[in-house]
Amino acid sequence: MINFSDIKKSLLISVWFMFLTFPIMVIRVNPIDKIVEWRWLNMILVGAASFIASFAWKHYFDKKEKGKSVKTFLKSGHTVFINNIADKKRFRLSFAFILFASAIIFPFIFSAYQVNIITTALVYVVLGLGLNIVVGIAGLLDLGYVAFYAVGAYSYGLLNHHFGLGFWAVLPAGALIAALFGILLGFPVLRLRGDYLAIVTLGFGEIIRITLENWNEFSSGPSGIANIQRPSLFGLELSLQSAAVYIYFLMIALTLFTVFVVKRLQNSRIGRAWLALREDETACEAMGINKTKTKLSAFALGATWAGMMGVMFAAKTTFINPASFTFHESAMILSIVVLGGMGSVSGVTAAAFVLILLPEYLRAFSDFRMLFFGAILVIMMIFRPQGLVSGARRAYRFNKADDKI
Amino acid sequence: MDNLLSVNGLIMDFGGLRALEDLDLHVKKGEILALIGPNGAGKTTFFNCLTGIYRPAAGDICLTTPGGSMSIAGLPPHVITKKGIARTFQNIRLFPNMTVIENVMAGRHCRTNTGIAGAIFRGRAAVKEELEVVERSYEIIKKAGLARYVNELAKNLPYGEQRRLEIARALATEPLLLLLDEPAAGLNSRETKELDMLISEIRDLYKISILLIEHDMKLVMSISDRVAVMDYGKKIAEGRPDEISRNSTVIKAYLGEEFVA
Repeated sequence: MINFSDIKKSLLISVWFMFLTFPIMVIRVNPIDKIVEWRWLNMILVGAASFIASFAWKHYFDKKEKGKSVKTFLKSGHTVFINNIADKKRFRLSFAFILFASAIIFPFIFSAYQVNIITTALVYVVLGLGLNIVVGIAGLLDLGYVAFYAVGAYSYGLLNHHFGLGFWAVLPAGALIAALFGILLGFPVLRLRGDYLAIVTLGFGEIIRITLENWNEFSSGPSGIANIQRPSLFGLELSLQSAAVYIYFLMIALTLFTVFVVKRLQNSRIGRAWLALREDETACEAMGINKTKTKLSAFALGATWAGMMGVMFAAKTTFINPASFTFHESAMILSIVVLGGMGSVSGVTAAAFVLILLPEYLRAFSDFRMLFFGAILVIMMIFRPQGLVSGARRAYRFNKADDKI
Repeated sequence: MDNLLSVNGLIMDFGGLRALEDLDLHVKKGEILALIGPNGAGKTTFFNCLTGIYRPAAGDICLTTPGGSMSIAGLPPHVITKKGIARTFQNIRLFPNMTVIENVMAGRHCRTNTGIAGAIFRGRAAVKEELEVVERSYEIIKKAGLARYVNELAKNLPYGEQRRLEIARALATEPLLLLLDEPAAGLNSRETKELDMLISEIRDLYKISILLIEHDMKLVMSISDRVAVMDYGKKIAEGRPDEISRNSTVIKAYLGEEFVA
């Protein structure tokens, strides 16, 4: 149904967009002829496009709302509800299969450049999922997450440089060292929450980076560590091309592993304790949950993934220096978590792809790409402040017969 | 009957302000004791001392558990909960973005011990424990009359049901002593009556003692075995409900000198 108020709303939105894009789309200064061009046609196009888009958007959501109410109505009938779940499961399985199959054939169809981009995106998926444990589930705002990434990368760089340790030996070691650093950060911030916690973690991230930058004897300072070994395949040295593909598959495996672990943790005793900590610290303690242990385990487990990805990053680029671990990276990973939806695995995965791939593929628009990037973030926050996918909680089903007591 | 909880000479200071002054209180096994008093008398402060949120300046709190009696003054909150004291809060403090059953399951935390490894690998012990947690939690939810809300987010529940959920969550920790801080605040008379029934039912079913702070005198008089009255951080009276309602010190504290007959 099309009604008048919807049209009015969409009209308002389109006017608003015309106003917003006015400076970019309409005015153009021509410095050669020293005149200002007014491109009114662009404004009309923007208006029309945003009108149609907002109208379609609204229509789509109306439909979705209606769908929801039907579903909750169906829930009262026991058998129908189960069928519903089975349908969803079948859909999910086929979706996962298609995704997996396309992931497998991807490197054999596309160029090494594409494979590299996707590998990078996967690294950020895992980083996002790791930070999601700390920020999304346990509610501890961590602005220095990149520090653990750096710890992992330098663990591999240094251990490989000095002791010749291989990738497979350092992968778990890097994760462990990062986890220890997570606990190290955790102890002084046990009493802090919110903004104060954010400031301290921000400082922690900077401490790690600046130490690496200035402690020349240890980390060779800003010049970094070069010639780090790529991961070997059963002792085989691979060519540059096949190494990229190999790392791609490693990343796929690691991502699946991460998703598996995070999903399991989320719906466990530990996961519930993290959630409770996020929701209400006082009540959480009063329910017999050890706040110290819970916080430290969140920091440690979050850092573990960053450490692993650090090792991966060092192995992939074969060169690391402190410039790769600035606050910008932390902010990027945090945006992935916030954009994806706090505590939602699928949301964070999707957001990592959007945020990493978008600037890559928008290279064609070189000057505008950061503008697009920013606009997408702003629009997201206006229309879906809870993130792409809001963290749905698991539903428990019980026999209907028991209910009548 | 033996004392489950004995509090002797409890003192709590906030800067120069003495919130609790030499407070003595005993809770017997299986009784419902109501703690009443005008606003600012120190009732909630007393609860916070018992549950470890505040550390009392002096005095002793002694809890008798099946394993023997022990002093719990100054222990951290989660240890005290594990020893067997659970509470609800004056302003509801649920976990709003968790479902009803997850709220109660969080209460089971201190009675279970699956670690990180258990959660990831889901060994036989972990699965068994998780199933037990779900089952026990669901039972408690049914008792509290919240079965139809099981998978609802706690924040979406009506106010009265949120109060009941908070009690259910506290029960999940298997307490010996349940502290209820104004459980009837904001409830209408029908909901209060239901709450009255729920509280007595809990006491009979789980054989626990209940200490409650309440302003609703009808509820206090009908439910409690004994009533203790506080004013300005001191206990001014203690006794059976009918004794308390005639006590001149209590009337003076509530209504002023001129009402004492």
